Amino acid sequence: MAQTLNELRAGDSAVVVKVAGEGAIRRRLLDMGLGKGTALKVEKIAPLGDPIDVLVKGYHLSLRKEEAKTIQVQEVRRG
Amino acid sequence: MAEKLTFALAGNPNSGKTTIFNNLVGAREHVGNWPGVTVEKKSGTIKNNGREIEIVDLPGTYSLTAFSMEEIIARDFIVEQKPDVVINIVDASNLERNLYLTVQLRELGAKIVVALNMHDLAGQRGIRIDAARLEQLLGVAVVPTVGNKNKGMEPLLQAALAVADGRKALPEAPIRYGKELEDHLTDLIVIAEGDAELAQACGAKWLALKALEKDKAVVEKLERSSVWPKLSAELRKVEKHLEDIYDDTADTIIADARYGFIAGAVKEAVKRPSENRLTVSDKIDKVVTNRFLGLPIFLLAMWLTFKLTFTVGEIPMGWLETFFAWLGGLFDPMADGLLKSLLVDGVIGGVGGVLGFFPLIIMLFLAIAFLEDSGYMARAAFVMDRVMNKVGLHGKSFIPMIVGFGCTVPAIYATRTLENRKDRMITMLVAPLMSCGARLPVYVLLIGAFFATKSENYQANLLTGIYVLGIVLAIVMAMVFRKTLLPGQGAPFVMELPPYRLPTFKGVLIHTWERGWLYLKKAGTVILAVSIIFWAAMTFPGADNEQYETLLEQVETTYAAQVEIDKTEALQAEYEEAKGALENTMASRDLEASIAGSVGKGMEPFIRPLGFDWRIGISLLAGFAAKEVVVGTMGTIYSLGGEEDEESAPLREKIGKDPAYSPAMALALMVFTLIYLPCMVAMAAWHKEAGSRWKWTLFLIAYTTALAWVMSFAAYHLAPAFGIEKTNPIAITQEAEQPWASFLQHPAPADQAAPAEVATPESYEPQLDVPTAVPAAEPKIEAPIGKEP
Repeated sequence: MAQTLNELRAGDSAVVVKVAGEGAIRRRLLDMGLGKGTALKVEKIAPLGDPIDVLVKGYHLSLRKEEAKTIQVQEVRRG
Repeated sequence: MAEKLTFALAGNPNSGKTTIFNNLVGAREHVGNWPGVTVEKKSGTIKNNGREIEIVDLPGTYSLTAFSMEEIIARDFIVEQKPDVVINIVDASNLERNLYLTVQLRELGAKIVVALNMHDLAGQRGIRIDAARLEQLLGVAVVPTVGNKNKGMEPLLQAALAVADGRKALPEAPIRYGKELEDHLTDLIVIAEGDAELAQACGAKWLALKALEKDKAVVEKLERSSVWPKLSAELRKVEKHLEDIYDDTADTIIADARYGFIAGAVKEAVKRPSENRLTVSDKIDKVVTNRFLGLPIFLLAMWLTFKLTFTVGEIPMGWLETFFAWLGGLFDPMADGLLKSLLVDGVIGGVGGVLGFFPLIIMLFLAIAFLEDSGYMARAAFVMDRVMNKVGLHGKSFIPMIVGFGCTVPAIYATRTLENRKDRMITMLVAPLMSCGARLPVYVLLIGAFFATKSENYQANLLTGIYVLGIVLAIVMAMVFRKTLLPGQGAPFVMELPPYRLPTFKGVLIHTWERGWLYLKKAGTVILAVSIIFWAAMTFPGADNEQYETLLEQVETTYAAQVEIDKTEALQAEYEEAKGALENTMASRDLEASIAGSVGKGMEPFIRPLGFDWRIGISLLAGFAAKEVVVGTMGTIYSLGGEEDEESAPLREKIGKDPAYSPAMALALMVFTLIYLPCMVAMAAWHKEAGSRWKWTLFLIAYTTALAWVMSFAAYHLAPAFGIEKTNPIAITQEAEQPWASFLQHPAPADQAAPAEVATPESYEPQLDVPTAVPAAEPKIEAPIGKEP
């Protein structure tokens, strides 16, 4: 079952299936390296519960859960 | 060999681009704006072996899609200006994402020299990069550099020169997008080449790629071309085909293909340690953005920023104040008159006003430069975003708001950390609602004057209430602006959390200085001009003070005579009191008769509903110079002189007992002072930072004034419901004192006739019509005999 990135907990790893959203934000996510097949890991979640910090291609990317919702992931491994 | 070369510096934010620019260009930099936009442009011309090279720092971007202003600027510069070489700064420890831009630069057909920056850090993390191999695979020149240690700069420059002169040929390494896409691109290129002119200018392959990506700017260009009908038909076909095979849009496939090309190169040229060690940066982050410690640490960082800005900044501010007071004092021997007044009050006052804020701004920029360069700023935004997002702001909006409690001017400049224009405009619009330090004296005076009988607790709550009102209004207005004026999402909060780095001393200083200098250059001139206009408005045309001048002469003559006989300290004091009272009365009359006075009186119908009269009107106008001036102006109006401050008992008494005022009016005035337009220094900074667009500046003026009026109106009329009266319970009609009258009663010298009858003008009361008739009787004081000619 496909999950979305916002559903992951801190420490979980997964692989990107697709960036669903649209427009500038989707483009930005692709440019930042969240393309199909990219491995990622949710490093941590901000103290107030949003945004999240994702380790992707060796760097830390922070994004809001709202945006994370548009990213479909699979092969989720619980951290 | 070209006469003058142009090298453009491109790179991701946090790649160390700014440091390398500073190393290469040093103090010869020129800071300006890119044409037509408010994005900062930095460039500088250097000489190397007698060759002139202009180095242009392009805005830091992750990509070259035309979604943000920065990306469009960087792209247009490369396409239109065709720099000889693009020096692409790449963070060696974060190679893949950084090379994404490199690939796009290559698509533009630029000749690229990659600065493999922070090479040492990558080494420490066990990342081994084969630079020669990378050159071959990427089709660029590669030079390892360590920007913050100023290493590798000369080799970088020499490599760029070699590439520019054609002495070093860049390896052939076509970017591969995968078979399917390549085939389609070939077809599209053939069609695009039909427009030879456009293909020549931008490159047919780039046009084809961008058209597939549905890049707005490029599509617009192509739509005007003769090849468009054929091209658009082919594009539709290709898109359809790609969708069928990959179940995805063309731009996704292209982005993936770029990353695929990079992954291939990195795999061959880079060795990474097998196990993933926790970096120092990760360890710091475990604490700094910790669930429990994150917020306290953030608040501590903000407190330190605030302290550094205001507590430390206050020290040189004090020196500057002393210096300008001394400078003004130099004009003391000069005869009183318009020129002196213009120089001392207009020019020195104005320049002093500009420079007085300079230490604050420098200290704030120092703090911000440290926060930004260290990497903490991104964490601060990460920690605070949840809260700020709720009210339609960005995580980074928090800093300007906090700084606003000290002073609105640096708060405006602090909004520079917000990259997105909408986020920045909203933050700039509401930041002035944070009650700055200069407004405090007004509150203290009014609370002291009208709420003196209330408990200390009550007074403290009232003061806190005003501050809280500012915060609440800022939140509400931010939400309103986000919904109405600047609708839509702000910056998508897709932001890199860069590794922590120790900022370099030089970097922080340069950062600070260039921003501070911009303040002096841009806002300074405006502020000086406005100060002089204000000085004129409060000086001209001046009142008819002949009768008081005559009295002043009499007082002086009497004193000169008395001093001969009886030189006591008491006499001296009496004389000074009489003289001072006369001068203050004249100043009060002058202000009332001035342009500002007339405007204040003209305003009365508009501010009456708030319980204000024309005297408050003038004070509020004067408060535009600086909000604390409201207090001094009240002092002038009450003939107490302009040096009155909020602690001054006479002023507090006079206002507090004035029958025209009431506690409800005081509340309304506090609310008005909180909200109405920021002082002129803040306005000048605001105007410049908002892109010098009058539309926005006028909007700020209109909205703050309207909001101030509405809120004050509400405060005035709702006050009685909270036990705050609309009439003054301690009103006393006050007779204006005339200490000069008693002074003139001094006995004349012994051999003179009995003391003369002294005629004085009718009692002077500012709120009544001022007598204009010159006193009928000429005083009969005569000069002492000995002095007669």
